[in-house]
Amino acid sequence: MIRKTPLYEEHVRLNAKMVEFANFLLPIRYSSIVDEHLAVREGVGIFDVSHMGEIIVEGNNAIAFLNKLISNNIEKIKSSRIKYSLFISERGTIIDDFLIYCISDTKLLLVVNAINKDKDLNWLNDNKEDGISIIDKSLNYAQIAIQGPKSKEIMLALTSENNLPIKYYSFIEKALIINHQVLISKTGYTGEEGYEIYAKDNAIKDIFNTLISLGATPCGLGSRDTLRLEASMPLYGYEMNEDISPLDTALEHFCDNNKPNFIGKSNVYDKGLTRIGLINLDKGIIRENMEVLYKDKIIGKTTSGTYLPYLKASYAMAIIDKEYSKEETILDVKIRNRFVKAQVVALPFYKRKK
Amino acid sequence: MEKELLFAQSHEWVRYINESEAYIGLSSYAIKQLGDIVYVNIDAENVDVNDLLGDIESVKAVSDFYSPLKGSISQINEDVIDSPQLINEDPENTWICKITNISDSKKLMKKDEYEKLFEA
Repeated sequence: MIRKTPLYEEHVRLNAKMVEFANFLLPIRYSSIVDEHLAVREGVGIFDVSHMGEIIVEGNNAIAFLNKLISNNIEKIKSSRIKYSLFISERGTIIDDFLIYCISDTKLLLVVNAINKDKDLNWLNDNKEDGISIIDKSLNYAQIAIQGPKSKEIMLALTSENNLPIKYYSFIEKALIINHQVLISKTGYTGEEGYEIYAKDNAIKDIFNTLISLGATPCGLGSRDTLRLEASMPLYGYEMNEDISPLDTALEHFCDNNKPNFIGKSNVYDKGLTRIGLINLDKGIIRENMEVLYKDKIIGKTTSGTYLPYLKASYAMAIIDKEYSKEETILDVKIRNRFVKAQVVALPFYKRKK
Repeated sequence: MEKELLFAQSHEWVRYINESEAYIGLSSYAIKQLGDIVYVNIDAENVDVNDLLGDIESVKAVSDFYSPLKGSISQINEDVIDSPQLINEDPENTWICKITNISDSKKLMKKDEYEKLFEA
């Protein structure tokens, strides 16, 4: 069944081009992907991300329970802090990537990929312990992301400073925006400063429309993807899947080796692969799933790639044999029936000035 | 370029200079569907009707660009190659390449007839 988010009517009214994504109808763009991308880099953009899944893990041992299932370590997580983590399969591959919001010692909120929500729920329930409850709250939360250097300024038109989280990856569970009680976090998927707001449908609708009337640019999935790629953030289904281990895709940083154990840990080992950045030195646009070669030898594949609007060039990420991952190495990429030269460059491609 | 634009159902437009020469481009409707054009590559010399002329790449996807005419490619619009976004700015006044020695053509129609096909 294809679902509409609570903002569907607003998207239609704003003339969005709608697409189906993870069983939701979502805007891919309202005007131009390039314009929306630049609005986030230079001003402020607003995204409907109501498709994201929200799962509550609750119980006296919620932190210890979840810590056994994730690659990162949340043993010392404090209330109102957020941590990025992964579920790893017994085979050592990535089931999903998500954010963990620590509401209290006994209550955690997981914000997961829409396409993986049911899989995550099954995984949590399969490994469930007594005294732990797993609740799918996705229908209770609509979600928007406000992103860009002017995100704080625009939010201050709707609320006071003390309702906005200060630290990156922190949140306020009960903030007041306009006159709505919402959960607001300082998070995002664009490489810019910004907030994500979780609330009931009518609150999200009101905040969304108010921010647009104040000049925030509505942005679709198209620019969400180009922004996250420019900031070199991995996307499930591209840089991660159930055949890719965290080390293959340069996410070792989110696997805590000091933790005595987590599911899948023994099968997370170095297979000689890593994720790199590439800039196309020739004509054309490198996209996902293109072969990467070094002197006629296939050494890997691109995972995502397009023309990046702020950097104004064709960039891609690729998972390749580590041996060729040194910066400045020149590799070949097969674009349909021809080859282009591409140079290994550091990740992230774009990092905002602080 | 005073002559009116003629359109193929496959979204190319043709602006005849005379019987054997014409400029070709892509319709506003097609460009609106594609979104931001970021790369144009014309890679053909002599083409038959429906032969591949090259690729048009937008941020989201690559599309094949097929010839509505049979003839020889005599000129490519270098401004478009350098700045593909010119196509977005004014699709029906931005030609992509020029074809000469025209000896055959796809079924072409007037603008109003073409637009009727794609009305929402």
